[in-house]
Amino acid sequence: MNSKEKIDVDIEAYLKEHENKDMLRFLTCGSVDDGKSTLIGRMLYDSKMIFEDQLAAAESESRKYGTTGEKIDMALLVDGLQSEREQGITIDVAYRFFATEKRKYIIADTPGHEQYTRNMVTGASTADVAIILIDARKGILTQTRRHSFIVNLLGIEHVIVAINKMDLVDFDQEVFEKIRGEYDKLASELGIPHVYYIPMSALEGDNVVERSERTPWYEGPALLELLDTMDISREETPENFRLPVQYVNRPHLNFRGFCGTIASGSVKVGDEITVLPSGKTTRVKGIINAGDVTEANREPYAEEAYAPMAVTLMTEDEIDISRGDMLVHTHNVPRVSNQLKVMVVWMDESPMEVGREYDFKRATTVISGHIDRINYRVDVNTYERMEVDHLELNDIASCRLTLTGPIAADAYKQNRATGGFIIIDRITNNTVGAGMIVDVASREGERFEPTPREYTEAEKALNEYIRIHFPEWGCKPC
Amino acid sequence: MIDKKRLTHLKQLEAESIHILREVAAEFTNPVMMYSIGKDSSVMLHLAMKAFAPGKVPFPLLHVDTKWKFKEMIEFRDRRAKELGFDLVVHSNPRGEEMDINPFVHGSKVHTDIMKTEGLKQALNAGGYDAVIGGARRDEEKSRAKERIFSFRDKHHRWDPKNQRPELWNIYNTRIHKGESVRVFPISNWTELDVWQYIYLEQIPIPSLYFAKERPVVEYEGTKIMVDDDRMPEELRKKAKMEKVRFRTLGCYPLTGAINSDAETLPEIIREMLLSTSSEREGRLIDKDQEGSMELKKIEGYF
Repeated sequence: MNSKEKIDVDIEAYLKEHENKDMLRFLTCGSVDDGKSTLIGRMLYDSKMIFEDQLAAAESESRKYGTTGEKIDMALLVDGLQSEREQGITIDVAYRFFATEKRKYIIADTPGHEQYTRNMVTGASTADVAIILIDARKGILTQTRRHSFIVNLLGIEHVIVAINKMDLVDFDQEVFEKIRGEYDKLASELGIPHVYYIPMSALEGDNVVERSERTPWYEGPALLELLDTMDISREETPENFRLPVQYVNRPHLNFRGFCGTIASGSVKVGDEITVLPSGKTTRVKGIINAGDVTEANREPYAEEAYAPMAVTLMTEDEIDISRGDMLVHTHNVPRVSNQLKVMVVWMDESPMEVGREYDFKRATTVISGHIDRINYRVDVNTYERMEVDHLELNDIASCRLTLTGPIAADAYKQNRATGGFIIIDRITNNTVGAGMIVDVASREGERFEPTPREYTEAEKALNEYIRIHFPEWGCKPC
Repeated sequence: MIDKKRLTHLKQLEAESIHILREVAAEFTNPVMMYSIGKDSSVMLHLAMKAFAPGKVPFPLLHVDTKWKFKEMIEFRDRRAKELGFDLVVHSNPRGEEMDINPFVHGSKVHTDIMKTEGLKQALNAGGYDAVIGGARRDEEKSRAKERIFSFRDKHHRWDPKNQRPELWNIYNTRIHKGESVRVFPISNWTELDVWQYIYLEQIPIPSLYFAKERPVVEYEGTKIMVDDDRMPEELRKKAKMEKVRFRTLGCYPLTGAINSDAETLPEIIREMLLSTSSEREGRLIDKDQEGSMELKKIEGYF
């Protein structure tokens, strides 16, 4: 029985099944030319998330703005704002939704051009999986390297490489294998843990929802099948309980609860916890999982809770805990520091200045500080490191951050929910950048580390000549 | 050790929305929650009740009454306010009341501009709210798909779609200057199906207008509308017929299209929704004015 019949015949059984669906957030990387909007339109259309009236609207718009002639332009089903439709590009981050029997999906749809790096970073920040589109005719391009870098930087562990427009290369297996081989190298260079490859034609629907008969040599799943079945749970060892305190709930004298969303790990009644950065300890006296609250029972106590539940915690002792503090297990305390090594993505038109005061918001902590040194900037296309003295829009750089007070510092690679922060301009109030904690900064700090360079024989000879004949120049051997 | 299963999608969405509501209560000095009495508002109210339990919801609810809402909506609103014990602020545009704005006479655009958009701005200015929580969802309409969860508004309540703040992870920038405000959409990532499923699971009360019943309806500007009072022109009222209908969205009765339906229970509503071929907003006359009209209305300050 397909789902439509199931809905028709026994809706209550259908609802029961769908109560236990999982959720997966993914990001699509590519440009209009790669067929990104077409792919998204196809997924929404084939999973029945496009209604007839929207389709009719897209048909009328296709005649006005479309690029596909007689056919409905799938891209117009998803390209949102009027101004963008006229330009035929997606310029911001748009979120789309569809569901299958197994999962609810949230797509972050972002533009692929370099000038929109900040939008892609934004979309990547909440995604579990990235789909990187590659035009089979063109292979790996500069933008593929850029997208892969950003995806990896933002800690996405699962990358699906959709080798698209296979219809234009006669579904040739060799083309697919060649691109796969090249991307494998790129993925291992970056250290992306899980990579999947699918030969596809988004326009014709091959291997999007169903496996295509035109790729008999491909034994893997179609895209939706893969999304439905992939395991995206992150392995966490040891388990790190982190609860950033968001709100103190004090409705009457006998109740004081600390509200927040568990960022990682789990907590039980009786657990010994430490408040950071103060370092005071106490025990968990009670837990309310907000999800369990009903109109009739506003105080349903739970024995334990885990991420990403929104909870209220009561403590044994009346110690000082306020918004911005982090509650952790006493036996598993992260490092606390005001000097951090971070990766920064600059998102504002006006450049980032070293030494200037900004506000930093990490989980529920807001604290001022400044970047006191840019270690190096990374070119997102070539991965080369460069020495710079300020950051422009879309620049990505390793920096040393000094805050006006200490915070509990988890590395972003270990903990996405507590390792990321945004940078706020204190005058304009704009979000001007985002950052990821790499480590607590060592006392001596990092210096600019240029990309190791291969020297030619002539350069080596010249270097030797100078060192012998002009020692006063202080030239180092290469 | 506790079972490390992942939360279901509805529990994840619920936790995300509660996080957003708590963030508003913690970071703004004078927030308000828009209450439109519809199903999305009912879900938001339920989430707010959960977020701050066992305490009270720490912000008032605001209803902009256009004076043309279904009678039942108003009864439902007042009953729920009493049951849950929340502070309710009701505002109607006095200028519109003076002009006796009538959608049958002045048309939907003038009515919406004055009673809804202008009324909303007046209420927001009068309340001096720095955060306004709304129930819009990103799946409703294309321009909403791009809007942030914390969506900045200048001092004229205008949205600038090309100049939105980047929004990463679940870290929200709540900074504003005096006079500016932020619209916050806690159920941005919910779909219509999620909302219905959640109402069903959590048994959240909603107005009975959502359920099919014999009601007097008449064709008006290509849509079926219900005769809710005698302000409807007599020549229309004369043509009214009893039909079994329900509403997929609730608003001003002259602007809200009814659909023929037999769905009398929540599962039947969900069944009908899943099998239907037209989107939720089709029943709302206001979107049809012109292509991209919601985008224009939002820029002007309409939610």
